[in-house]
Amino acid sequence: MAEQELRNYHLNFGPQHPAAHGVLRLVLELDGEVVERVDPHIGLLHRGTEKLIEYKTYLQATPYFDRLDYVAPMNQEHAFVLAAERLLGLEVPRRGQFIRVLYSEIGRILAHMLNVTTQAMDVGALTPPLWGFEEREKLMIFYERASGARMHANYFRVGGVHRDLPPKLLEDIYNFCDPCAAVLDDLEALLTGNRIFKQRNVDIGVVSQQEALDWGFSGVMVRGSGMAWDLRRSQPYEVYSELDFDIPVGKNGDCFDRYVIRMEEMRQSLRIMKQCIEMMPGGPVHANDGKVVPPSRAEMKRSMEALIHHFKLYTEGYHVPEGQVYAAVEAPKGEFGVYLVSDGGNKPYKCKIRAPGYAHLQAMDHLCKGHMLADVAAILGSIDIVFGEVDR
Amino acid sequence: MDESLTELGEHIHGTLEDSVLGFEIAFGELTIRAQAQSITRVLKFLRDDPACRFSTLLDVTGVDYPQRPLRFDVVYHLLSMYQNHRIRVVVQTDEDTPVPSVVPVYPTANWFERETFDMYGVLFSDHPDLRRILTDYGFNGYPLRKDFPLTGYVEVRYDDDEKRVVYEPVKLVQEFRSFDFMSPWEGAEYLLPGDEKAEG
Repeated sequence: MAEQELRNYHLNFGPQHPAAHGVLRLVLELDGEVVERVDPHIGLLHRGTEKLIEYKTYLQATPYFDRLDYVAPMNQEHAFVLAAERLLGLEVPRRGQFIRVLYSEIGRILAHMLNVTTQAMDVGALTPPLWGFEEREKLMIFYERASGARMHANYFRVGGVHRDLPPKLLEDIYNFCDPCAAVLDDLEALLTGNRIFKQRNVDIGVVSQQEALDWGFSGVMVRGSGMAWDLRRSQPYEVYSELDFDIPVGKNGDCFDRYVIRMEEMRQSLRIMKQCIEMMPGGPVHANDGKVVPPSRAEMKRSMEALIHHFKLYTEGYHVPEGQVYAAVEAPKGEFGVYLVSDGGNKPYKCKIRAPGYAHLQAMDHLCKGHMLADVAAILGSIDIVFGEVDR
Repeated sequence: MDESLTELGEHIHGTLEDSVLGFEIAFGELTIRAQAQSITRVLKFLRDDPACRFSTLLDVTGVDYPQRPLRFDVVYHLLSMYQNHRIRVVVQTDEDTPVPSVVPVYPTANWFERETFDMYGVLFSDHPDLRRILTDYGFNGYPLRKDFPLTGYVEVRYDDDEKRVVYEPVKLVQEFRSFDFMSPWEGAEYLLPGDEKAEG
């Protein structure tokens, strides 16, 4: 028999594959059905956010952060306003801080709900997304009632938040929490004990502690591997140090552990939201610094000085003292950081966005090596990729 | 907080005297200036030293200062999950001198260095796979350099006759406008008519 030359099979996964969670092109090298090498080609959603921000004032730059990880928009804004506030030396009033924490946790549920349910869909379950998206819809209405927009809120501003919450909104959010916990129970009943779901996720994409450190993982990806690391606890910002919540930690570092952690984190987020509403003080929602925070509409109609401030802030913007800072928040996907360099002008000199998904996606080659082709979708689902933030 | 950072900065500066040029603390953050050629050594020390234990490399990026002879800052952000502190390491380079790649120390540097190369054109020596990452296949230029225009040079559209995407030089209906908003009382570098009389 003639000798045959065996060649590995190359497969293009995406960029239009529904399990690629956006526009990802994976070039897979397969030996039969076993993955030998993964080469992710990213940048198909690259919009040049960092370049654009260099040409915008600080106020105009915030909306770009909504469009990064678009399933949890306010968490991204948070990192940017924290960075700018640190440069300006601004203190946010307590009510503003509580509102920020409340909406960050809403964002966390939005992101985890999307991830958990679509991960289930990637491995073949269709019901979880239908149930989960109903809750997401309610949460987006809370976004809308606070900011006027369901997704691209532009609600967090340097110095606080844009407007105070309308009456009754807090009550409605509070009343949402317990029914939502019941929906989470229903979801868990569908998935946690599910034989198919377990077969697809248990012992798949195992990350050891050392690997998690080497590959720059953060968030659920390190917690899944058994490290109790959460920026909300270890380097607390806003009022997180006063709130009571638990940090779930995994044991095996596989896809299933990460799923369980996300489910538990959503419950903890509900807990934080309830505490925020109970502890929410009255008072202003943004700092009282006329040089940074625009005056209220009513004030503007009566005071000449307020009118001048308003005009200056919406044309020139405010000048930020020279310096460089790196501010990070615990976004749903991991550590989301903003490295801001200011030259003393009204526009950032440099704004680097450190997206957690970028580091996670990079490890795809490492994680998928030796797995079956079908596991690629499961691993990709569990590392929680959103292309808005990976490509920027 | 600042005291422990000063202590850490002095410890690092003392041990790596020949590769660390200095340190500073601003806004509660520690920044170390290092020599570009010894960056691998510095990061290895920061990772392994028991007082530092910077286990995670969070980010590598560049900053462009076109007026400087060494125009690029390459900035590394590190985090220690054990000691719960952060550090920033800054090295300087120009368009032609490569910075040694830190992929052997932190595998995660791979894509971050690729991105810095893609965006700024900073070269990294001994990088396993220094390809462009975020920009289009066949892209020319380095978009985050300060001399790269915001509007870019080419635009793409789908051509119905050729049945493919075509690249064309960018056409602007209106010239791109960038306002400096500097008030003449604060920072204008030009003389307003009549201002010369103030000197005499």
